[in-house]
Amino acid sequence: MSTLTPDNIISRIASALPNARVELVNNPSPSAQHALLVHRDDALQVAEFLRDDPELLLDYASDVSGVDYPEYLEAVYHLYSIRRKTGPITLKLRTGNRTDDARVPSLTPVWKSAEFQEREAYDLLGIRFEGHPDLRRLLMWDEFEDHPLRKDYVAPEDYEYEPTPHGAVAQKATAARAQ
Amino acid sequence: MSSQTFFSTSVGAGATTLDVSLGPQHPSTHGVFRMNVRLDGETVVALQPVFGYLHRNHEKIAEGNSWLASMPYTDRLDYICSGTNNWAYARAVEVLAGIEVPERAEYLRVIVGELTRLQNHTAFLGFMLGDLGGWGSALMYGFREREKILNFFEELTGARMMLNYMRFGGVRCDAPAGWLGRVKEYLATYPAFLDEMEKFLVGNEILLSRLQGVGVLSAERAINAGLSGPVLRASGVDYDIRKVDGYGVYPKLKFRVPRGEVGDCYDRFMLRILEARETLKILSQALEQIPEGPIQNPAVKNRMFKPAAGEAYGRIECPKGELGFHLVSDGTEKPYRYHVRPPSLINLTLLEEMCLGSKIADVIVILGSIDIVLGEVDR
Amino acid sequence: MTDEALKSELEKRGIFVTSLEDLYNWGRKNSLWPMQFGLACCAIEMIAAAAARFDMARFGAEVFRPSPRQADLMLVAGTVTKKMAPLVVRLYNQMPEPKYVIAMGACAISGGPFKEGYNVLKGIDRYIPVDVYIPGCPPRPEALLEGLITLQKKIEKQRLFGKTLPRHADPEAPTSYPVPAYGPHDLEPAYNPKVFCPPCPNTRE
Repeated sequence: MSTLTPDNIISRIASALPNARVELVNNPSPSAQHALLVHRDDALQVAEFLRDDPELLLDYASDVSGVDYPEYLEAVYHLYSIRRKTGPITLKLRTGNRTDDARVPSLTPVWKSAEFQEREAYDLLGIRFEGHPDLRRLLMWDEFEDHPLRKDYVAPEDYEYEPTPHGAVAQKATAARAQ
Repeated sequence: MSSQTFFSTSVGAGATTLDVSLGPQHPSTHGVFRMNVRLDGETVVALQPVFGYLHRNHEKIAEGNSWLASMPYTDRLDYICSGTNNWAYARAVEVLAGIEVPERAEYLRVIVGELTRLQNHTAFLGFMLGDLGGWGSALMYGFREREKILNFFEELTGARMMLNYMRFGGVRCDAPAGWLGRVKEYLATYPAFLDEMEKFLVGNEILLSRLQGVGVLSAERAINAGLSGPVLRASGVDYDIRKVDGYGVYPKLKFRVPRGEVGDCYDRFMLRILEARETLKILSQALEQIPEGPIQNPAVKNRMFKPAAGEAYGRIECPKGELGFHLVSDGTEKPYRYHVRPPSLINLTLLEEMCLGSKIADVIVILGSIDIVLGEVDR
Repeated sequence: MTDEALKSELEKRGIFVTSLEDLYNWGRKNSLWPMQFGLACCAIEMIAAAAARFDMARFGAEVFRPSPRQADLMLVAGTVTKKMAPLVVRLYNQMPEPKYVIAMGACAISGGPFKEGYNVLKGIDRYIPVDVYIPGCPPRPEALLEGLITLQKKIEKQRLFGKTLPRHADPEAPTSYPVPAYGPHDLEPAYNPKVFCPPCPNTRE
């Protein structure tokens, strides 16, 4: 199975699921781990195909992470095949935007391993995984309202300002004292 | 506190079940792990893990640091096995930037990584017996042996636990004079410790009745839930990243991948002992074969390291399973995204399935047999 | 008031004289029962200090109790996250007096390397009083033993009568501290002003 490249996978998906919208995302770095970008409405059937297709057998979703881009949020799945000993195949899902349409389908029904990691991405990045059996915050407490791994997150100002007479620290300290 | 809301169904009038919050301060949860357990008598009917009590914002801090500055933070992920954490991060960056590593550095990495595995499994034996109720004796023996390995780490890197040893394209420092020989001398004495532990434990009647048939896990479920490392192999799956990916110099070293048959706690326990024996084989070959040469790729500037834009996922076989890093670079000196794939967290995915129908005392044993470290679960 | 010269002279003749205060402190300092409670990396060094090589039993502090009700000493060993901080304070409140706190490691002192984290408490002394601070990341077991001996010396010097009463003997001093609540962005309050005062910035400029 040395021919398991993203191009081949896309053509296999196209022959089996002609309506699924899948495109190749080129990765310019030396890692050359090119990704499959699947339209979120087709994600569930594509994922089931990837897992069950006898040629691919991507039965092991190793890693699920989320990335915050200026226009959208991205859920990234790294898939391996334990029976074929191949991988990684990168699968990407994108949300419509970062605010009211930050949703992608959950792939937990396909790979149970995504359960906690999708909860983590929901907690820290605010990606809503629709169809997740138990979408609650994983790491922060339930009353917490922010999504701290987003680039625009502002952490609470709870530093103690060390008595250094220079730079930004001193400015912040003076401001804190003035309050 | 919202502990009441953790279970979707509430206990009705006349109900006979009892909800227990195990942790986060509990002597056997290996840190600040918490489980909400619903009991019928002593039998578990529902279990929900609660995470986050050690969420130290590793990923957010890494996005604000230079690439190299995250290396000492990786020490503190799985704080028992800092050597392999370093390696996983260094390897992910090397995949991202296409960096070659000199051969001597690869051998030093194997030696440090396998010593890490050895001391993790040594400590595991002690902790596991502690979880079974034998708090004290086994832990003392395990930690006595672990201290000897920590001495070697201290001599090599200056630190007992937090090695901060690997660099992109090499390692930080070469082995001091005579170090390799002393490691070899020590390893000759290690099998006596394992033999002693095996003699006392493997056929021990109490141990057999507490471990055999407890927390059985099928191979199919283990794969689907993304379990990795000894937990996956104890269910009979032949999957070791050292063999599959063949990173470093592992293809040049001969070792077997032990597997379990039943997938119960006893298999997971025994697998650690068998793996420790294979680790000894790897170490003796690596100490034999290690060549002279440079320990750092001179083309790589670790300070002000700027990989080209792109992303990569790199992973290695840690003592606890597959530790991977998903790195996204935008071409600057800071990572755009830095994500850790923690084996300890994902190995807990099936904790409820493994515990259902068991007694409450077995929950602690099952958790112990998975071998988690909270620094990695919550990061 | 004891006459040290007379006391030493009597001891040479086989007569042991002591005060109630000294006897009480001697007993307390040599049987500190720590709570078996680890938070992060430092907990492993704490176990190492209790295990075979470093053997904390030599200092009378090997009886690790899993319940706060039976413990005298809380070793805050590791990073206190904001999610964990209310529970640490609650555990402290559950301990009986006299009770002591050792902040072990950079994280428990100030947040340490994780100080920038949004979920990391910048030092447990924001909510509860700390008796001994042990720097290091993680501190070696020897450092923990040194911290323990420092605490023992501190206990030995505590006077039970007079003006300078230790916290546990002072009827005015609180024995429990308010537990912070989980807020929408941060813990509320962010620190207990009766225990912790943010350092004043340097006014030299």
